[in-house]
Amino acid sequence: MPVVDYAGQSIEVNEEGFLMDSSQWTPEVAEAIAKEIGINELTDQHWKVITFCREDAAKQGTPPGLRRISKNSGVNMKDLYQLFPKGPGKLAAMVSGLPKPQGCI
Amino acid sequence: MTTTTIDEAVTSGQPTVAETETERKPIERVSIICSKGTLDMAYPGLVMANGARMMGIEAMVFFTFWGLDIITEKKIDSLHVATVGNPSMPMPTMVGGLPGMEAMASKMMKKQMDDLEIPPVREFIEILSDSGAELYACRMAMDMFKLEEKDLVPQVDEVLTVMDFYDKSAGAQIIFI
Repeated sequence: MPVVDYAGQSIEVNEEGFLMDSSQWTPEVAEAIAKEIGINELTDQHWKVITFCREDAAKQGTPPGLRRISKNSGVNMKDLYQLFPKGPGKLAAMVSGLPKPQGCI
Repeated sequence: MTTTTIDEAVTSGQPTVAETETERKPIERVSIICSKGTLDMAYPGLVMANGARMMGIEAMVFFTFWGLDIITEKKIDSLHVATVGNPSMPMPTMVGGLPGMEAMASKMMKKQMDDLEIPPVREFIEILSDSGAELYACRMAMDMFKLEEKDLVPQVDEVLTVMDFYDKSAGAQIIFI
């Protein structure tokens, strides 16, 4: 598996760029992943999504799907697509240092 | 089987493994045709369009013939599973034809979907619209079923002729359901 340098840390990611170990995640790592996927700056709205994703994944044991995020994070579906224009389904989890969501919704 | 090195393959004009893989370009746009109006045939198109948007692929959905039921205000909340003429239905056709069977099967399917957090059709259409997917109705089918734009849910962007459909589908992979 590739090892990348995010915020001065050596971090192992899979071929798609998802962190192999979500405990290596820090807010600085999130900023670095965001740059990698074309988001120059993480806004408060982004952080709302990231915080929800990490808390929900810790509780559920699995990263939340997009519908779940839009219903519970306080950021609606339209805004999620604005925040992650290249595809919020994958990228919200990636920036949050979580594995790729397994749900189809 | 003979093996060739990359250099040999390049000089002989044969594609190398690396080349074949780079030729597999990611999908950038999908154009999905929904032509069926039963509950079980409505979902595949919606799930695929939504899945595309979730990973940043442009998506358009073209509703035609019975697929128009999916976006018709009066029908969207009451789509049914077909219990007759559906070979995958685990009951004899004669039983499937009994009064109330279709309603029961539809209710069961909706319950199962709800348990899996799959949204009802109306909400799914809203999600698609919010995600930036384009939703189109078929002109000819609208005329056949005597439907007007006001009969459709507000998320529908436009009514298209088949020629418009191909214009909008430029650069897309077309999927027929």
